[in-house]
Amino acid sequence: MLTDNTSQPLLDAANVTKSFGAVHALTNASLRVGVGEIVALMGANGAGKSTFVKILTGALHPDGGEVIIKGKAAHVGSPAEARASGLVPVYQEPSLVPDLSVFDNLRLTDTPVEAFIDFVEKLGIENLSLNAMISALPLATLRILDLARALASKPDVLLLDEMTAALPTDLVERVLSVVREAADAGCGVVYISHRFAEISAICDTATVLRDGKTVGELKIEPGVEDRVVELMLGAKIDLGQREVGKESRIRTVTPRLSVNGITAAPKLKDVSFDLYPGEVLGVVALEGQGQDELFEVLAGFEKPSDGSIEVDGEPVTFSHPADAIAKGLTLVPGDRADALMAERSVRENIALPFSASIRNWGPLRQRHEKSRVAHAIERLQIDTRAQGEVQRLSGGNQQKVTIGRWLAKGVETLLLFDPTRGIDVRTKRQIYPLVRELAEQGAAVLFYTSELEEVPLACDRAVVIFNGHVVDVIDASKADEQTLMRAAYGLSKTESAA
Amino acid sequence: MTALVSRNAWSLGLIGLLLVLVAMTKIIQPDFGLSGLESLSRAALPFAFATAGMAVVVIVGGIDLSVASMMAVCSVTAAVLMPSLGGVAGVLLVLAIGAAMGAINGALIVLTRVPDIVVTLAMLFVWEGTALLILETPGGGVPGWLRQGIGGYFVIPGLPKALLLIAVIVAVIWIPLRRSKSGLAIYATGSHENAAFRSGVVVGRTRVLAYGICGLFCAFGGLSLVSLTGIGEPVPGPYLLASVAAVVLGGVVLGGGRGGLLGPIIAVFVLRIIRTILTLAGVDPNVTTIVEGTVMVAVVMLATVVTYRRVRV
Repeated sequence: MLTDNTSQPLLDAANVTKSFGAVHALTNASLRVGVGEIVALMGANGAGKSTFVKILTGALHPDGGEVIIKGKAAHVGSPAEARASGLVPVYQEPSLVPDLSVFDNLRLTDTPVEAFIDFVEKLGIENLSLNAMISALPLATLRILDLARALASKPDVLLLDEMTAALPTDLVERVLSVVREAADAGCGVVYISHRFAEISAICDTATVLRDGKTVGELKIEPGVEDRVVELMLGAKIDLGQREVGKESRIRTVTPRLSVNGITAAPKLKDVSFDLYPGEVLGVVALEGQGQDELFEVLAGFEKPSDGSIEVDGEPVTFSHPADAIAKGLTLVPGDRADALMAERSVRENIALPFSASIRNWGPLRQRHEKSRVAHAIERLQIDTRAQGEVQRLSGGNQQKVTIGRWLAKGVETLLLFDPTRGIDVRTKRQIYPLVRELAEQGAAVLFYTSELEEVPLACDRAVVIFNGHVVDVIDASKADEQTLMRAAYGLSKTESAA
Repeated sequence: MTALVSRNAWSLGLIGLLLVLVAMTKIIQPDFGLSGLESLSRAALPFAFATAGMAVVVIVGGIDLSVASMMAVCSVTAAVLMPSLGGVAGVLLVLAIGAAMGAINGALIVLTRVPDIVVTLAMLFVWEGTALLILETPGGGVPGWLRQGIGGYFVIPGLPKALLLIAVIVAVIWIPLRRSKSGLAIYATGSHENAAFRSGVVVGRTRVLAYGICGLFCAFGGLSLVSLTGIGEPVPGPYLLASVAAVVLGGVVLGGGRGGLLGPIIAVFVLRIIRTILTLAGVDPNVTTIVEGTVMVAVVMLATVVTYRRVRV
């Protein structure tokens, strides 16, 4: 290790701030990377990591603070300028142009071809044709090509954002050793990953972000995981208490939904669990651990490559979302824009699912519709001043509409994918009892949230998914956040399963 | 070699289709010969240039609804200026004006962030009005050499000058561009704007360049119009929809990133010759358009099926 505190750091980002309207994404983020140093940048969901990365790589402009690369204030206005000043990123998703050949992609970034081929071979990809079209190559290969292209341009600072997420284990090992080698040759590396195993394998220090602030810089040593988890958690906003006495009452022995060994590319591997009527089952997972694929499979968007699904004890296969809906599985997508008709009224949005179930043809029974909608609006405390068009409601109120429509219709199995993303605390507090109420009415609810502190508030049990596998099932009503966070990072006793 | 064939599979398929169609013409009308080809090439000239321009903006991921209007502006400008300014200066000036109009379209799209289809629809009307301001009724004139320049054969009989002109102009502009980094940037932007941006492509500048090239091709289209008729015509001809049709038939994917200029230009000839055949066969002109539309859908569908098959294997 060439870490030398007397020399100036390769990358020095200090007091970086960034707001989007009223939302302060970054309030005081800092990051220093020295010569030959690998720094892990860590933070829970919503800590501002991705905003910080975008600023470092020139995709966003900071409101305040400075990014200094090799002692020079870098005015990175675009990825091209970041590259020119010495910082080369490898993004979470491939950034190779799909309709160009590998060779043309190298030309686009003026990457030396020889060096690129060297790195590709070192990283374990054989027989790559430079004339191959990017769109014809598998995802794992693209990640390797992205990294090889970045390394071949001899960067001063290399930024790797969740580089290993889609890679098979053997390639991960190659990546780690090549990155370590690059650092030993003097390159500074910012390493972003959810996997502690990788971080302790190659990183020297960890910089932890929380609520848009850098809250700690730790040396990586045995046992540092606990400190990192503690820093990531910090003091939390009070999301309210779980209503006492609202425990689940599982009424049947047959699960509503039984998932057996479901595998779906690229991330979900052999996942099994049961979901009973009257219960809220949480899904605890960091971003990109396979939960997206899980919900897509259950909602009938994707077919699993392996495994089976049973609804009320009967095996089912979904080849279209309509099949899943017919079996009573209802998805509330994470993106509200996918769920609502933005230009239509609140009433129509709430009425859509049940008017669809009443009649296929002919006029709708409006009076019936009206009374149920009115009940739902009242129950949800939806601000009705802007009910003419759903898009004029606030994000929180829109989210209440997406859930409330199922309250009006009645639902058997509800799949909630991160329903509280980006909405205010008050609305969040209204959503948890709503979810509990649906379960009270006998619905089975699968609840994925990117905010761990919500799990004890809304769920009865929780399955923990790490790296595509179910690694643990925990009693959610009693779990504290520390336990959940450790579990989500694959640090619990069952870590070997990952 | 195989790579070359597979890369140009679409164009080769179209050439095959074109040869079949030429043979069909010969069967229906045994008199059809070199002079028929010559007049076909001449008639195809403005369509080919409009299509080349449209193809470039479609490759960059956009569309330009104002191609026919820009051609009209160029045609009247040429007809008004050339009698006093002379041929060569007139040609150069018109080319510059065409490129500038295209670049204005591109710059408006980039700066205002209004969707390309809206901006260029608006510019369709703007350029149309401009053409009428320059020359209210058809008139003006062009030097004789320009008129003769596109008729007849070049050196050997059998090579229509019009065909050679298209080939040379498109090749001179497109081949160096395509091989340059700017050309690569045009394809990259059309294929995946975000990946292109992250690879360091200046996306806005690339768009303006592509629209500028489109305008330049439209200027050639306008010049070919005055050369064909000898006068300037302020009302835009039927080149907008025809160019979109040829671009799609020529294997350029609407949405960008894929295709070239060879396919669309062959497609222009395919569409023209279908019309000739149907006219020769005495088919009702109204049926002609139905046949053209059907051929377009059928060819694009077939080609899509074939390409998908190839990727899946």
